[in-house]
Amino acid sequence: MVLKAFFPTCCASADSGLLVGRWVPEQSSAVVLAVVHFPFIPIQVKELLAQVQQASQVGVTVLGTWCHRRQEPEESLGHFLEGLGAIFSHKPWFQLCRERGSKSWRCKATHWQGPASPATSGEDQVILIFYDQRKVLLSQLHPPTALPDCQAGDTTASAGGLAAVFDTVACSEALFQSDRFDEGPVRLSHWQSEGMETSILVELAKWAAGPVCLFLACLLSLISAASACRVFRLWPLSFIWSRLSTCEQLRHRLEQLTLIFSTRKAKNPTQLMRKANMLVSVLLDVALGLMLLSWLHRKDLIGQLADALIPVADHVAEELQHLLQWLMGAPAGLKMNRALDQVLGRFFLYHIHLWISYIHLMSPFIERILWHVGLSACLGLTVALSILSDIIALLTFHIYCFYVYGARLYCLKIRGLSSLWRLFRGKKWNVLRQRVDSCSYDLDQLFIGTLLFTILVFLLPTTALYYLVFTLLRLLVVAVQGLIHLLVDLINSLPLYSLGLRLCRPYRLAAGVKFRVLEHETGRPLRLLMQINPLPYSRVVHTYRLPTCGCHPKHSWGSLCRKLFFGELIYPWRQRGNKQD
Amino acid sequence: MEDEQSFSDICGGRLALQRRFYSPSCLEFCLSCPRITLRSLTAVTCTVWLAAYGLFTLCENSMILSAAIFITLLGLLGYLHFVKIDQETLLIIDSLGIQMTSSYASGKESTTFIEMGQVNDVVINEAIYMQKVIYYLCILLKDPVEPHGISQVVPVFQSAKPRLDCLIEVYRSCQDILAHQKATSTSP
Repeated sequence: MVLKAFFPTCCASADSGLLVGRWVPEQSSAVVLAVVHFPFIPIQVKELLAQVQQASQVGVTVLGTWCHRRQEPEESLGHFLEGLGAIFSHKPWFQLCRERGSKSWRCKATHWQGPASPATSGEDQVILIFYDQRKVLLSQLHPPTALPDCQAGDTTASAGGLAAVFDTVACSEALFQSDRFDEGPVRLSHWQSEGMETSILVELAKWAAGPVCLFLACLLSLISAASACRVFRLWPLSFIWSRLSTCEQLRHRLEQLTLIFSTRKAKNPTQLMRKANMLVSVLLDVALGLMLLSWLHRKDLIGQLADALIPVADHVAEELQHLLQWLMGAPAGLKMNRALDQVLGRFFLYHIHLWISYIHLMSPFIERILWHVGLSACLGLTVALSILSDIIALLTFHIYCFYVYGARLYCLKIRGLSSLWRLFRGKKWNVLRQRVDSCSYDLDQLFIGTLLFTILVFLLPTTALYYLVFTLLRLLVVAVQGLIHLLVDLINSLPLYSLGLRLCRPYRLAAGVKFRVLEHETGRPLRLLMQINPLPYSRVVHTYRLPTCGCHPKHSWGSLCRKLFFGELIYPWRQRGNKQD
Repeated sequence: MEDEQSFSDICGGRLALQRRFYSPSCLEFCLSCPRITLRSLTAVTCTVWLAAYGLFTLCENSMILSAAIFITLLGLLGYLHFVKIDQETLLIIDSLGIQMTSSYASGKESTTFIEMGQVNDVVINEAIYMQKVIYYLCILLKDPVEPHGISQVVPVFQSAKPRLDCLIEVYRSCQDILAHQKATSTSP
């Protein structure tokens, strides 16, 4: 039978001693965690192992002996090492041996049958696998596919041989607490035996994090309480809050900040990563917003923008007026119904005139408003972009109104036409059965119905043209807003901390392992080096994506075309289900 | 112990199969694909630059020529780093697993390791590829829900695409190791 021994690379140059670790019988593999050096008292070693076992729930035992000598071991040492096998009985008993300064290793695994019958002890073939203990301790294994019927967190030792190795090393933190400068009874060698690694900044940050988190959590709870009570009191305000995307974004950020600064500790590494990703995302957002603010103020762009806003609004209104004049004439050579054309055209022209008057009324306050809005960029670039999207929505409100009027008119006409078409053929819509049934109409019903049908059919091109033009304009505005929302979503959901971790410390996020065969001599055991295979970037983004507001268009292209054809209003960004108009 | 043999792939190009025998339980197969030739590189570069020069004579804009140079350089770098595979390796270790490595022309290596507990079998399958019927070696993975079912088929040597004679060599050695592994795993 082939046994596998996982040996840490840091112990390859350690002095002789005992091998301490965990034996996994299902995988027939032994994971060596540390080396206990001579001299030691067996009772104290057993006590230490019992303590570690209690602290970490991992079955740590003495697995065998490790011999690091200059030349071939002497006979007395050989007997001494075998005698140790009798004290710490373990099946199988490993005897690893290495000549100092050379690359030749030797490994024997014996099943100790008892001192009375050494001849019946069997020897098995051993594969030595070297692993970097620090990297395996710090890394987190991501299984390739998560099956739907597997529970999350099902990384017990019985699931997958390599997950067992990772778990063993990760759970045995208690064993790695003592280093060689300690005055304890037992001397150990492992990855931290040269001294525990820590950083002053990290320790200070941990110590300061407690009170800071508490303070910020109280502040944030006050803010959210204040915003909650005001929204539900007045109806017009709550209606406006739900329309503006800025409020959505601010609420989202408030939720994220509450989660980051909550005093509850993260339960598992995934939650910790999520918190870290959110924090980095917020910090980047604020940094970009401050850069934008400084750029705007340096070139005094706010003043220029305020000066340019009114002429731009005037220009847009003028272009719309030209468009309506064109529609009222003979657009693209089509002949319109003169009376309806004039009515609709004049109605929309008057609407534009009203809009321009309101804009001119607001013009003295524009600069002040813009300056305050520009200040909000210090809350983050996403907030500034949301405000930009809202300003676009407000400035093109008249296009939205025209679209709604045109769509309602067209929808009414289409419904009337379909119903009268059914009458024309002698059928009726049965509301009870939700289907078309035949029906016998009176003569005067048929007469009036056919008359109305003819009128609607001949007025259809005019209405359809107005509807088409304003729908295209509305779709253009929606497309621009959509691009801005896409950018905001990107900043919100990109897991920057995970990507940075993957770039700088690729062993922390592991997709699996890879093996390399080291120099091999016949007669010696096979030696492999186990390295960590890092997660590809696409999987990092997919696994650690932050949840966003969920502003995705709910329609597929087919349903969108269907709604456009029948004149139903489209609400691409409304996820709350509130209907306007 | 190492030996090298020469085979051909499905298009007729020359492949070199290197077999390294580390121990009775560990075997490595290394398949080297034909390298990128100077002729093909020159042909592609000349085509791109002729097209760019033709556009330049039409438009009189020298940006087209610089753009063509950038496109050629970036295209070549992208091809070497993401597309052109130089060597494919299959490492089988008894009772540990099967590892597949692809080395790209720029030096990048991408590795996949499958644990032995997940491997059901290694078989040679037939497939219809464009207008040909080809053979390919693949690893069948076990279905965790159903003990004798198969959840996934992982093809090996996908970009080298050797012919049947090469595949039979690899298949025989893999089956030896898998049979040995099954025999030892069933015995206590």
